[in-house]
Amino acid sequence: MSLHRLAFRLRPTVTRVRSLHSSGFVQQQEAVAVEPEPESLSVFRTQEKDPACHSDKHVGQFYTLSSAHVRPLFPDSLPWRYQQQMKTFNETCIMVRQPALEVISYLKKADYSQPALRYVFYGLKGTGKTMSLCHTLHFCYTQGWLVLHVPDAHLWVKNCKELLPSSYKSSRFDQPLQATTWLRNFKITNEPFLSKIKLKERYVWTKRESTEAGSSLGELVDQGISRIKSSSDVVGAVMKELRLQSDQPGADFRLAVAVDGVNALWGRSTIKKGDKTAVDPEELTLVYNLRKLMKNDWSGGAVITTLSQTGSLYHPKSAYLPQDLLGERGFDNMDPFIPVSVPNYSEKEFESCYLYYMDRNWLQHPQSRTEEGKKELIFLCNMNPSMFERLCGHL
Amino acid sequence: MFSHARLMLMNDSSAAVSLQICGTPALRRKNLGPTVPETFTAEFIQKQVEEFEIGKRHLANMMGEDPENFTQEDIDRSIAYLFPSGLFEKRARPLMKHPVEIFPKQRAMQWGPDGRPFHFLFYTGKQAYYSLMHVSAVRLSKTNPLPVSCSALGTSRWLTKEEMEALLVEPISRQDYEHFIQLMERLLAMPCCSVEQQFVMSHRQQLEAQSMHQVVPPLQKDDAGVNFSTAEGRRKSSRGSVVVRDCGAGRLTVNGQDYLHYFPVLQDREQLMFPLQFCGLLGRFDLDCSVSGGGRSSQAGALRLAISRALLSFLSQSEGEAMRQAGLLTPDPRVRERKKPGQEGARRKFTWKKR
Repeated sequence: MSLHRLAFRLRPTVTRVRSLHSSGFVQQQEAVAVEPEPESLSVFRTQEKDPACHSDKHVGQFYTLSSAHVRPLFPDSLPWRYQQQMKTFNETCIMVRQPALEVISYLKKADYSQPALRYVFYGLKGTGKTMSLCHTLHFCYTQGWLVLHVPDAHLWVKNCKELLPSSYKSSRFDQPLQATTWLRNFKITNEPFLSKIKLKERYVWTKRESTEAGSSLGELVDQGISRIKSSSDVVGAVMKELRLQSDQPGADFRLAVAVDGVNALWGRSTIKKGDKTAVDPEELTLVYNLRKLMKNDWSGGAVITTLSQTGSLYHPKSAYLPQDLLGERGFDNMDPFIPVSVPNYSEKEFESCYLYYMDRNWLQHPQSRTEEGKKELIFLCNMNPSMFERLCGHL
Repeated sequence: MFSHARLMLMNDSSAAVSLQICGTPALRRKNLGPTVPETFTAEFIQKQVEEFEIGKRHLANMMGEDPENFTQEDIDRSIAYLFPSGLFEKRARPLMKHPVEIFPKQRAMQWGPDGRPFHFLFYTGKQAYYSLMHVSAVRLSKTNPLPVSCSALGTSRWLTKEEMEALLVEPISRQDYEHFIQLMERLLAMPCCSVEQQFVMSHRQQLEAQSMHQVVPPLQKDDAGVNFSTAEGRRKSSRGSVVVRDCGAGRLTVNGQDYLHYFPVLQDREQLMFPLQFCGLLGRFDLDCSVSGGGRSSQAGALRLAISRALLSFLSQSEGEAMRQAGLLTPDPRVRERKKPGQEGARRKFTWKKR
């Protein structure tokens, strides 16, 4: 008996000794041991990390974004609930779905010497428009594009704590806080481009401060972050520069403009001036400049947007079509655009999501792991992704 | 009856109370002595019966119907039409019934003009009770050579003490009632024939089987050959109706909208899911619902009742019985209680101030 126990204690040391001397052989063994495992996961997961290689056969499967991509690309711009999920599961997994694949295929085939194409994701509440946008953005990022991401345009037209009259044009209003936050995120996302792109014009901020033509974009962005008062104008300048430079034949980058909740730009705002009259979104510098980007008079990039009723002001809950949410002005401005509908989960996608939650041990309730439990979940959430996620959060 | 200066209010709970519309101070004098239940003489009751019959004929003539074949239901209908009342308490509404149902049963004179009582057990004090016990004991003592088993006892129960008192028109104490029941049980234990069975059944109340109440909606077939059934349900002030189709998709539509949008709250969707989940038929049916009135919770409750009723036609009787016991088929009787004067709400009183 004691000999048996001795053998047990000796075994781990023996393997360690072996690994020191013949590491290659052991590694091969480990590789062989690890390989069978991914095959059992691959029903709802795919090992393909590059969005460019995603195709129809990956529809319904989850792919993991590497953390090296996640932190710069989405510094604070993912949906709140999804960020919580990321923290809990310790990984960032997005499901490959048809609408995102469609837009990615268009982006691959588009001619970038033509004016920029505008893609609009629309759909009912909670069907995954923002996540499709993030998937497409990840594709643009991996292809080396310059990403200009506005996480939620609704935040610019409501709950404004500071409103300054603009120094550039007296009729407009500045929002320094929102502008500085956006500039900071922009800097984190597009680090490599900041030193490469040179400005073409000279910008004068005050009597003493100005940015010369030929200085890098990074300097402009730093100027905006440090001098808060002029940050909105800096945002405008950044957008103008990028727009002008992306369609130059010598430019080596493509511009991806991504706006979530684009219907905010042409809706109403709840910000009030000092004399309690409402501010028209046109009178906000940030919104004005972003609208200029939305026009298709520049080339060398693409505009990917989402419509959102959730944060929108003065729209009924049942509105989800582009006609309803954009309004007349918005529709005329955005026309022509490519509408992409984002539906609820199909059965295969639902199954995949369910297996993912099971794999992550998110469904703790014993009933939820049975077939009847699954049917109940399907009934209660009606295949709506966000409802399903909220339901599973309770279990 | 209609020519009296007084208003005869017939309440079926107590005897007829006559209210003076206009009165003198002497009549309004307070009653200082203890109240004694009014006794009615036999002539008075007879007079009331005649008046009722005449009144019935007048009423039939007024309504333009045949006086000969005017039943009690017709009387009720006519009175409800002529005297519409919005009172919630059904017993407080105007009614016109046969005096036998209104005036409590009273015992006729127990003794003759010479003072001698008619019944031989009069001096026991409880003559009806002891005579009943006497008759039952006699039947018990007679042994029947042909054993015939008693049936039809499964769905009936013994009359309660109050019902026995009403039958015998005299008060019974608890011990007397228990003795009587023991005697009847002993009678049942003996082999009895049909005459005695009848005697026993006269002291038993038929229980209505609960599940007989449920009317199962008929299973229909539409043009595509798909089975479907319709049912309605109500809760508080909501009315809902559902068409359950046996397609096998598990889709739901409420008032033309997706049910996820019509009922954003999880609780309402759980209510809709309950009947289907209970029977284990979640993915099998297509539901087409329409609902109106009430709030979100009562609409969900109305639809739940409607779905349970519609599902009955697809299920066997035992499963339907299980649904009934789960409470899925019971309409919820709770309605909003009215606010009373002198209180802030239905139950809440005004803040009590000591001074």
